Amino acid sequence: MTKPVLLVRALRVELDSGLPIVEDLDLDLRGGEVVGIVGESGSGKTTMALALLGFTRRGVAIRSGTVEVEGSALTEGGERSVRSLRGRLVSYVAQDPGAALNPSLRVGDLVGDMLRAHDAGGKAEGKVMAALRGVNLPAEQEFLRRFPHQLSGGQQQRVAIATALVCGAKLVVLDEPTTGLDVVTQARILNEIQRLRSEQNVAIVYVSHDLAVVSSIADRVAVMYAGRIVEEGPTAELVARPRHPYTRGLLSSVPDPVRPRRIQSIPGVSVGVGDRPPGCAFAPRCLQRTEPRALMEAPPFEQIDTHHRVRCFEWHRTPSLEWEAPLITKSSAPGVDLLEVDSLTAGYGSRLAPLEAVRNVSFSVAPGECLAIVGESGSGKSTLARCIVGLHPQRAGRVLLEGAVLAPGAARRTREARRRIQIVFQNPNESLNPRHRVGNAIARPASILRKLSAQDADEEAARLLGMVRLSLGLRDRFPGELSGGERQRVAIARALSAKPDLIICDEITSALDVSVQAAVLELLSELRAELGLALVFITHDLGVVASIADRMLVLESGAIREQGGVAAVLSDPQDDYTRRLVAAAPRLMTSPALPHLSEVE
Amino acid sequence: MRRFFGNLTPSAWIGFVILVAIVAVAVFGPLLAPHPLDEPIGVPLTRPTEGAPFGTDFLGRDVLSRTLWGGRSVLGLAGIATVLAYAGGMAVGLAAGYSRSLLDPLLMRVSDVMLSFPALLFLLVLVTGAGSSKTVLVIGVALVQMPLVARIVRAATLEQSVRGFVEAAVARGERATAVVRREIVPNILGSVTADIGLRFTYSIILVASVNFLGLGLQPPDADWALIISENRAGLTLNPYVILVPAALIAMFTISVNVVGDAVARNLGISTARRRLVR
Repeated sequence: MTKPVLLVRALRVELDSGLPIVEDLDLDLRGGEVVGIVGESGSGKTTMALALLGFTRRGVAIRSGTVEVEGSALTEGGERSVRSLRGRLVSYVAQDPGAALNPSLRVGDLVGDMLRAHDAGGKAEGKVMAALRGVNLPAEQEFLRRFPHQLSGGQQQRVAIATALVCGAKLVVLDEPTTGLDVVTQARILNEIQRLRSEQNVAIVYVSHDLAVVSSIADRVAVMYAGRIVEEGPTAELVARPRHPYTRGLLSSVPDPVRPRRIQSIPGVSVGVGDRPPGCAFAPRCLQRTEPRALMEAPPFEQIDTHHRVRCFEWHRTPSLEWEAPLITKSSAPGVDLLEVDSLTAGYGSRLAPLEAVRNVSFSVAPGECLAIVGESGSGKSTLARCIVGLHPQRAGRVLLEGAVLAPGAARRTREARRRIQIVFQNPNESLNPRHRVGNAIARPASILRKLSAQDADEEAARLLGMVRLSLGLRDRFPGELSGGERQRVAIARALSAKPDLIICDEITSALDVSVQAAVLELLSELRAELGLALVFITHDLGVVASIADRMLVLESGAIREQGGVAAVLSDPQDDYTRRLVAAAPRLMTSPALPHLSEVE
Repeated sequence: MRRFFGNLTPSAWIGFVILVAIVAVAVFGPLLAPHPLDEPIGVPLTRPTEGAPFGTDFLGRDVLSRTLWGGRSVLGLAGIATVLAYAGGMAVGLAAGYSRSLLDPLLMRVSDVMLSFPALLFLLVLVTGAGSSKTVLVIGVALVQMPLVARIVRAATLEQSVRGFVEAAVARGERATAVVRREIVPNILGSVTADIGLRFTYSIILVASVNFLGLGLQPPDADWALIISENRAGLTLNPYVILVPAALIAMFTISVNVVGDAVARNLGISTARRRLVR
């Protein structure tokens, strides 16, 4: 048996106040092995990832336990000796390469600095070139002289990976390396990582919130909740038969682009660092807890198989996943189209240098229907959404509501037109005014667009809070005091407050955790059934499309590539671009299987 | 009020106490002064004696009494000038930042022209042309500060006006004034008040400079800056006549800045902080 590259024992990372962020962490990793660490925000996964380098952020410290890489301890010795190990034995790739790469250094220096830091001078340029070649970047003088802003997102991430590998690190910690990249680029980077581990025999810790991505690359998966690994096992086993109820909940939250199924969310919200309960941290949200035991004592990390461990008293009671849970079938009433977009063109820039973001786009939405608009970043899908609600000037074309042409600007539309079409934005932190109380924010459209009296609008706000499954107590809170999922529900309630016929949802789940996303999608499905709402659902995630939409259209560089029924398009894409997107979309895998590059390219 | 003064750090508390003390001295000082402001009580420029704890000035007047009298004009004139500068600057900055029309470059270029004049020169020309009165002084100082305030307000407004909640308000057809008042102003107060200490300090310096040059208030008015100006030749004979008003001006400006920063911090992070505490 080979010696493990990474050996973590009883690691505990605390805030200065003594609150644990990560506790009881044990992890082994061999050369060439990929372990995926999955967790939602607040689970402590980034803190853990940094602790693997013996590093903590300000105000946080490794309190006890050991981290050893190739026999060298990163938790002992002074900062000086540990620093000489970082980059040489173990290196780190941060989430956002745009922020992690110093914008004032050239590619050659970015990669070369790592060599200089470890005194591996001489032949430095040759090594830099080799490292760039290793991640499929052009090893040319011209490329070495580029600045990060002259690279694409995918190239930036490759430079970051080349930097991590240039000194021959045995362990690479990748923290959400593909979050923020489009799916095709993501698929390429994942292939790159897969190739590197087999060619260079490096051990890889892959930290992500995205179970689908992790399942496609990792040999083993460890699921973190509230600072602890709650389940760890071989990917195939863990995905096919999760034993911890949280793992099961996460898995059933992940929508699948090819086999549409009803997604189910986990009740409750995940706990923050300050309010982790004693005993089993998941117990308050768990349907199979044994009281009072689970509330009193923390379950041990139980070995249930040679390689499968789980931290749950009741793991044998966890039901298996319902992979074939049927979708709720939706029907749209035939009749006059609610919304029609007719050869719409819109863009940015001056008259002299016009830039077209949306080109000659036409489609329609029937009452009660959900149309998904799919595209990568830069495909013009947000501009399209803004044109429909009258926030962006149109160059040509028309937007019609029940056959009546709408004015391009919101200010010149009738109040009725503004009331009937509402928009929910991507980022709930941005779309709610931090200075307005939740109740007032929700009541405002009702009083402006429906002319309700102040008292009626307040009552309406209270009713809507219930409708989006939030407690009435949140009425007097400020958005800053809510979680991301709660904020997005408030934003949805604000849109509902106008009693709209159509809501434009612009990437409304992409800033949310998967289980929260599942809850928001469930809520939208229920609202559609209850209120007969039509939705235009803008997203880059084909899994989300499959689980919510009736029809979809694919947008690339502002033009429609394909449109049709969701099932038809996803199972048999006609257009090349759509085919690439479908091939690259991450899916839950019971064995590591990446989309073939030939399909993606 | 809790929003402004909710969580104060110890240094902010000290600043706050000093600020209140100095404002009290300026406002109530004349009531406590043992002598009228222009009554000679002894030999000019004597060091502290029993009857005059800070000695006498170049005309033999009581330094303590004149200092107690001299705060009102400094704080009052600078205060009014700062308020006027903010009133004008907010209006111009919000209009320029939110309009997205020709109004923006028009207002900002005018501001740039005003900024390109040296402040003191502008004031001296104004005082020479319009006569030296308190009104002219206050308006002049406000005019000098206004473009600076306008620039900050405009930058903050631009940043806010592209945020989702502003767009949501536009999409539901709110009037421009309502958008600005409800959605933008509450969110720029933080960055705008961070600067208020600096602006106020600058106002004090400008008012004091003009008074020091003898073009603002006229003798026998007592004013901290004027006292320093009149007695600067006597520094070696009775240093207190310079040091006491100078220390008051310094302490006042520092405490205004400390408190301004603390308030700005509270406005900026209050919601986040409250969440952590909870």
